[in-house]
Amino acid sequence: MADTPQKPSFHQKFFEKNSLILTLGVVVTISIGGIVEIAPLFYLNSTIEEVEGVRPYTPLELMGRQIYMREGCYNCHSQMIRPLRDEVERYGHYSLAAESMYDRPFQWGSKRTGPDLARVGGRYSDEWHRDHLIHPQSVVPESIMPPYAFLQDAVLDYSTITAHLRVNQFLGVPYSDEAVENAVADLEAQVDEFSSGYDDLIARYPGAQIRNFDGNAEVITEMDALIAYLQVLGTMVDFSTYSPDAEANQR
Amino acid sequence: MSQATAMPVKSSGLDGMLIGLICILGAFWSLMAAARGVDPQMVAHGWLMLGGFIIGLVLVVNAYSANGRVEETGLYHDNVIKAGAIATMFWAVVGLLVGVVIALQLAWPNIFYFEQFGFLNFGRLRPLHTSAVIFAFGGNALIATSFYVVQRTSRARLAGGLWPWFVFWGYQFFIVIAASGYVMGVTQAQEYAEPEWYADIWLTLVWVAYLMVFLGTLWKRKEPHIYVANWFYLAFIVTIAVLHLVNNLSIPVDPFGSFSYRVFSGVQNALTQWWYGHNAVGFFLTAGFLGIMYYFIPKRVERPVYSYRLSIVHFWTLIFIYIWAGPHHLHYTALPEWAQTLGMTFSVMLWMPSWGGMINGLMTLSGAWDKLRTDPVVRMMVVSVAFYGMSTFEGPLMSIRAVNALSHYTDWTIGHVHSGALGWVGMISFGAIYCMGPWLWKKKGMWSRALIEWHFWLATLGILLYIAAMWPSGITQGLMWRAYNDLGFLEYSFIETVEAMHPYYIIRAGGGLLFLAGAILMAFNMYKTITGDVSETEDEVTPQPRAIPAE
Repeated sequence: MADTPQKPSFHQKFFEKNSLILTLGVVVTISIGGIVEIAPLFYLNSTIEEVEGVRPYTPLELMGRQIYMREGCYNCHSQMIRPLRDEVERYGHYSLAAESMYDRPFQWGSKRTGPDLARVGGRYSDEWHRDHLIHPQSVVPESIMPPYAFLQDAVLDYSTITAHLRVNQFLGVPYSDEAVENAVADLEAQVDEFSSGYDDLIARYPGAQIRNFDGNAEVITEMDALIAYLQVLGTMVDFSTYSPDAEANQR
Repeated sequence: MSQATAMPVKSSGLDGMLIGLICILGAFWSLMAAARGVDPQMVAHGWLMLGGFIIGLVLVVNAYSANGRVEETGLYHDNVIKAGAIATMFWAVVGLLVGVVIALQLAWPNIFYFEQFGFLNFGRLRPLHTSAVIFAFGGNALIATSFYVVQRTSRARLAGGLWPWFVFWGYQFFIVIAASGYVMGVTQAQEYAEPEWYADIWLTLVWVAYLMVFLGTLWKRKEPHIYVANWFYLAFIVTIAVLHLVNNLSIPVDPFGSFSYRVFSGVQNALTQWWYGHNAVGFFLTAGFLGIMYYFIPKRVERPVYSYRLSIVHFWTLIFIYIWAGPHHLHYTALPEWAQTLGMTFSVMLWMPSWGGMINGLMTLSGAWDKLRTDPVVRMMVVSVAFYGMSTFEGPLMSIRAVNALSHYTDWTIGHVHSGALGWVGMISFGAIYCMGPWLWKKKGMWSRALIEWHFWLATLGILLYIAAMWPSGITQGLMWRAYNDLGFLEYSFIETVEAMHPYYIIRAGGGLLFLAGAILMAFNMYKTITGDVSETEDEVTPQPRAIPAE
């Protein structure tokens, strides 16, 4: 090398002579930033605050979320409304940290090839969602979204739903033991307005929407689950009573 | 091949026994997964992995059978690098092809979506594209070149007997599990960290073996000092291991189920993911490829690295600052503002070490600038470094919160990523393989220099079309989203902004197609170089001595 000093430098004697010291140096150097930025998030009030209304997903919503992830919806849809004027007017109140506190993984997304979905719940009817998922261009002619017609024929496999809730419970999502034990019953109850499990489901998941989502009462489909998930997005916090300026919500 | 310096190949047999044991245990678990899997994807993957482990076992046994083990007798272990170079070209073509397909889907959804083939929808193919180009193409380029460089600059044979082969095949196996998983819908739904828990565990094993082979070779070195390229490779290997382990912490729903839940949720999950995501850029796509730059550019132009001191300064500052930059992916989100500000500040600071690296790469051509005119491979690598400089200027710019308010969620990000991925990562990898091809296969040069010229111009034009489409597309959409009319209402509905993207999406697909065409020419040129007669070529390279280190 052209400008190598004649006398071996500290770097040459130390890091370039010993691969383990070099490795250790790298590990220490790359650890600092991550620790400083990530560790505080586990105890700072603004990131672990609870907001009234935010509850764990019902078993059916949780399975719908699985389908949302499986189909890679996050590649084109964000779930994070920024506190910018146009976004708040277009999509609704900006997203709170608490609203994704039970999301494993988070689905904030990074690209809006399609619109943000953080508050899509309740904006469209179940029928609209069904038509849109089967053939997006039938309701939005200029849409470039792919068709998901197969969801209406795919029978939802919820054989492992109890295990799903149990793992979430273990990780700290406040599912009660009762909720875990009744996961199957709760899932089946949510697609049937006349189910005997109606009251239990509502008690465990306040505000849960109970109806047949895909218009096919004979079988629980993946379409049911996905629409149930989409319809709950962003609806848990009641923003007519939530005040971002309240002292408890200052951040 | 045999020379005076040739060393007898010693083998304790321990390497083969351990790899064999891994294959047997893996096959056992796979069989259980195939038999008892709780979801159809797990069952399918169980069978697939069972097949993989059995093939692995056969290969190990074959390596130890009477006539099976054909070892190179030279100083360097080059066969695994040859395999790596071929795998790099294969995955480049696959990954770029999938990229062109999904670009066409966005341009003409009515033609390129099929109602009966839901698994070919954009949402499942996009992770296939990103993983195939980053991890399969980029990863293979890194593994192959790092094995090449560490041997030459240490004057030592790759450590570990069969372990380098375990790293190579284990990595391909990981890619196949991950890629087939995406198409079947097995995903963690975190960008660039989509492979599920069992693929992650497998990659961890392969990665530890990779680190040990690399370190083991450094330990055997006959050079007093560790060459600068190896610092970058080492930082890449170590940091990717840390990122991979932390970001993939999860608990599977069932020991034989394909789905798992993240240990972190919400905000904590988001920042961990982008700490991972941005440093996948910083250490996989930057540090590793800087290792390539620091070896192959000086070698090809036959000039020393411009500044040793600059390489020290930019190495340590680069790896220190990069790790902080992740939060710039989360501007204006529910992440606390101080963390966003830290991320932005360090991202802007990152401009300096990045350009330190660029200057060190470019100025290495001092006294050999004429090679830009005469040697298309040098031109390719220099253009690559220029794209590196451009992307690392654009990145800090986009990390400024006010700019990010406009650029985030739009195609501007996609354009930025591709100027780095196609321009920097793609071109430097192609350049390195054009160098290594004749060196590894002992040919006078590449089969055709004209094809290299064609590749260079197709690729450059492709990138220019790509980014020239994505910048205006992103800025247009960002401005349309925030446009207000005279009455104070939002001017455009969302779907109007989608419609406005159509012409840009067509141009982008065209750019991608050109880049793919260039890679196909290269694959053909490689094929002819390996198999054909290269006694007459314009691309004459300096033959590489077998045992003389880089400096």
